[in-house]
Amino acid sequence: MSTAEHAEVNRRDFLYIATGAVGAVGAALTVWPFINQMNPDASVLALASVEVDLAPIAEGQAITIKWRGNPVFIRHRTPAEIEAAKAVNIEELPDPLARSANVKDGEPATDVNRVVGGKEQYIVMMGVCTHLGCVPIGNEGDYAVVEGAAKAGGWFCPCHGSHYDTAGRIRRGPAPENLPVPPYAYIADTKIRIG
Amino acid sequence: MSGPSNYKPTTAFGKWMHERLPVMELVQGQALDFPTPKNLNYWWTFGGILAVMLVVQIVTGIVLAMHYTPHVDMAFASVEHIMRDVNSGWMIRYLHANGASMFFIAVYIHMFRGMYYGSYKAPREVLWMIGVLIYLLMMATAFMGYVLPWGQMSFWGAKVITNLFSAIPFVGDSITTLLWGGYSVDNPTLNRFFSLHYLLPFVLAGVVGLHIWALHVPGNNNPTGVSVKGAQDTLPFHPYYTMKDAFAIVVFLMFYAAWVFFSPNYLGHAINYEEANPLVTPAHIVPEWYYLPFYAILRAIPDKLGGVIAMFGSILILFVLPWLDTSKVRSGNYRPLFKGFFLIFAIVCVALGYLGSKPAEGAYVIWSRILTAYYFAHFLVILPLLGLLESPKPLPSSISDDVLAKKKPALAPAE
Repeated sequence: MSTAEHAEVNRRDFLYIATGAVGAVGAALTVWPFINQMNPDASVLALASVEVDLAPIAEGQAITIKWRGNPVFIRHRTPAEIEAAKAVNIEELPDPLARSANVKDGEPATDVNRVVGGKEQYIVMMGVCTHLGCVPIGNEGDYAVVEGAAKAGGWFCPCHGSHYDTAGRIRRGPAPENLPVPPYAYIADTKIRIG
Repeated sequence: MSGPSNYKPTTAFGKWMHERLPVMELVQGQALDFPTPKNLNYWWTFGGILAVMLVVQIVTGIVLAMHYTPHVDMAFASVEHIMRDVNSGWMIRYLHANGASMFFIAVYIHMFRGMYYGSYKAPREVLWMIGVLIYLLMMATAFMGYVLPWGQMSFWGAKVITNLFSAIPFVGDSITTLLWGGYSVDNPTLNRFFSLHYLLPFVLAGVVGLHIWALHVPGNNNPTGVSVKGAQDTLPFHPYYTMKDAFAIVVFLMFYAAWVFFSPNYLGHAINYEEANPLVTPAHIVPEWYYLPFYAILRAIPDKLGGVIAMFGSILILFVLPWLDTSKVRSGNYRPLFKGFFLIFAIVCVALGYLGSKPAEGAYVIWSRILTAYYFAHFLVILPLLGLLESPKPLPSSISDDVLAKKKPALAPAE
């Protein structure tokens, strides 16, 4: 068949290739469910929303709650922390984007974009370091507000040394992005729903 | 496979079997009569030791799986159940946990032996590359096994290592979600790690079969690095090397038993006896000792993607080692400059391991960077240049001549 006199493409070649192509598509379609079964299942997706009452959190206090298996930091910031976050020049940030699910993609990482306008005292964000996923420690790091011997606000990741400021923005260390702000909305004056 | 086989079935059953499945011919040709260089030293016994360790890990692992529960609510308790309630459970678990460390000690010695004696050079490149693949499979298996007890270090180790994939541009986050089966390391992750941890050792056993096949085509390298020239250079594998390997295996098992019975937790981390808590990261997380050099390389690079590339690159570079080393001389014994650089490289690897166990701050980071640079320079600069610049010592004309030359002074001191 492969001699020069039969070199031109004939109907049999077409049938071979077409059969092989259908077989390859069939194999790929069969493989896909075996890969996709590893993605989050319905029971994992069902746990994707949680409500939190912010009223009991005193100024300067922080709580950690669990959402989608991950910690979420909720901190009632002091005026000094908010001021420190607002004083930062956005151009100097390693990651100048807001990284908030509540503002448009590509918005700058201003303090107000990291929280909800008018509720600047409450910062809500994922407690998952954007480097390799450790939980940063609160009131630590080089970008906390220092009052005497105490540090307030700011986070430090113990695993590989990333420092986050009082708005949860990466300032120094290997983490590439600001701590992400999950999708959340106020359903009452001091109550939010995350997810 | 090459190698002579003088197998002649002697019994009626043997003859009957030989015509249907010539498995005895394979055993005799490849395991008993296989011609093996007669000058192999004890560094060559680690292949046999590794085979034994693989069997030990599979046997102890199958037993542990009979008592273990792969669920986030029960995994930690079921491991304690193995330690306290199951008959001899404590011993079997300690054998398995320390067995992993012994497996890595043996594989590192085996790899450094191959590097010193040039066992990766032609015609053994494929043998070496299959070896690197085995090493990668071992690392994946050990990593997933370490997650199963569901302690704090299990959980956070799993989280950090799976997060390495999130550094991949564009698809990184989708890949980590796929690996986790959720938005964090959780029950689906534990379940699949258990499944794969049970599967991979058998894959490993299959690839070890290929490794031995690729070994038996060119035959063993040897301490002179000179190829076998004839029958006077070799001995049948049995009984000479079955006995030598058996002796080394027994000594190694004594070393292993000393760990298991006298300091079974020394190589582990105390904090892994605390149940996994997804909301609190331990202050100082470190991987098991056998990953430490690569962990140091990861942390040396002050960029997430760059660190991940450097870490994987430091292992993957071994695949191309046969082509980076330009020297035609295999054995380091005849390469005066290489000998020194090999020693420096070995020290650098150990030093990187030490740095990986330290917190990522101050001088530790600076030293990690210097030694990471040296690690890559060894492969990419030193080895290619050494082959061109170095003048090797004269090689013995054959293995046999080398062996006899060494014996001569003892036999004829008045020469």
